[in-house]
Amino acid sequence: MTAGFRAAWHVGRVVSRRAETRSAVRLEIEVPTWPGNHAGSHLDIRLTAPDGYQASRSYSIASSGPATRVVLAVDEVLSGEVSPYVVHDLREGDELEVHGPLGRYFVWTPEDPDPAPVQLIAGGSGVVPLFAMADARERQPHGTDFRLLYSARTPDDVFFASELGALTKTRVDIVHTRRSPLGSPRPPGRLTQESLAELTFPAGVAPRIFVCGPTPFVETVSRWLLELGQDPARIRTERFGGSG
Amino acid sequence: MAIINRGFGGRRGTSDPRLPPGQTLVGDWPVLTAGPTPDISTDEWSFTITTETGVQHRWDWGTLHEVGVEDVVTDIHCVTHWSRLGMPWRGVSVDRLFEDVETSCDFVMVRTHDGYTTNVPLDDLLEGQAWIATEADGEALTAEHGGPARLLVPHLYFWKSAKWVAEMRMMPTDQPGFWEQNGYHLRGDPWREERYW
Repeated sequence: MTAGFRAAWHVGRVVSRRAETRSAVRLEIEVPTWPGNHAGSHLDIRLTAPDGYQASRSYSIASSGPATRVVLAVDEVLSGEVSPYVVHDLREGDELEVHGPLGRYFVWTPEDPDPAPVQLIAGGSGVVPLFAMADARERQPHGTDFRLLYSARTPDDVFFASELGALTKTRVDIVHTRRSPLGSPRPPGRLTQESLAELTFPAGVAPRIFVCGPTPFVETVSRWLLELGQDPARIRTERFGGSG
Repeated sequence: MAIINRGFGGRRGTSDPRLPPGQTLVGDWPVLTAGPTPDISTDEWSFTITTETGVQHRWDWGTLHEVGVEDVVTDIHCVTHWSRLGMPWRGVSVDRLFEDVETSCDFVMVRTHDGYTTNVPLDDLLEGQAWIATEADGEALTAEHGGPARLLVPHLYFWKSAKWVAEMRMMPTDQPGFWEQNGYHLRGDPWREERYW
């Protein structure tokens, strides 16, 4: 399952960029030597200033499979030094160095023999690797059931909004924490344990669970999942940001 | 084939000779864990060294502290590119725990209370290089950072500093642990950027 896709340094070229949300861009990067990647893996971007100064950061990959066209969705970290450049300054045609693909654990592959349903739970930009998994599942004619529970601040903060709306093999539920779309049956508010229980596969069907988001979100959600009887060995997590 | 990113470098992280290549100084303390944070009380926590002959040396929370807790101020470096400098820790030196251990093995598989493993050469755990840490930043280690106790091997990338440490099992040859089977380097020296293989 984890064979192939060996990590290495590559040079990519930005072939398209567009606004993803109010604070994020979607980049398509053509990496001619890219070996392909599993859904859920990430890469490092290394930027070099004219005087040789370098900085590297890890970003999840929104695409998967053997293609050399790598899709990223990068959210701006206001205090950061790499993401503001990627969001505001990186242009179509620009080249950049990437190292990857990285990570062989927080991944889902269509060849996975586990027949149990797959539950994806995303907080904010943590949806990126989970979208890659849902998208990989979408391209398979047969396979297990997927659900995605996605916590986003407002409708304007939803990544891959049109793609998520078009998924037919993943049931998508979006919980808006600050502002809900017009006509939404659910008032805005933080995810609760009750809505988590209502909007995810129950422990009785022993789902595989992938949780990705800011550290406090992942800590809270994974604790609730354990209290709801989910098996800790079947929960895979990816966190970003500090604990304060 | 150096790629220059024009206009990059306007905002820079703190530069410091204590930062290994590719690392950035952070003020907060990021959390990286493969699964849910386990809830382990000091009553149920224990730490065992198991030799190749099956002999076990075991400490519970009380007997670990009787060995002697020392202050450590050290830099830590995570493979995901962040570092913290001059961080205060308290813990029990692994040297003290190996005082009565008889082994001819050069490698250790470190196992955690939630079942993960990482491999470390014994030479990287002795001579004042590693601790079973119980406090950081002047407070008891929180569960999300590996409390009640984690391994602290600050001269290697921080995934080697296993959270919720439970056991060191002696091995005659270097075998990859959980993280290493998932693409991380067998040794993980930040100064040589031994991140992935």
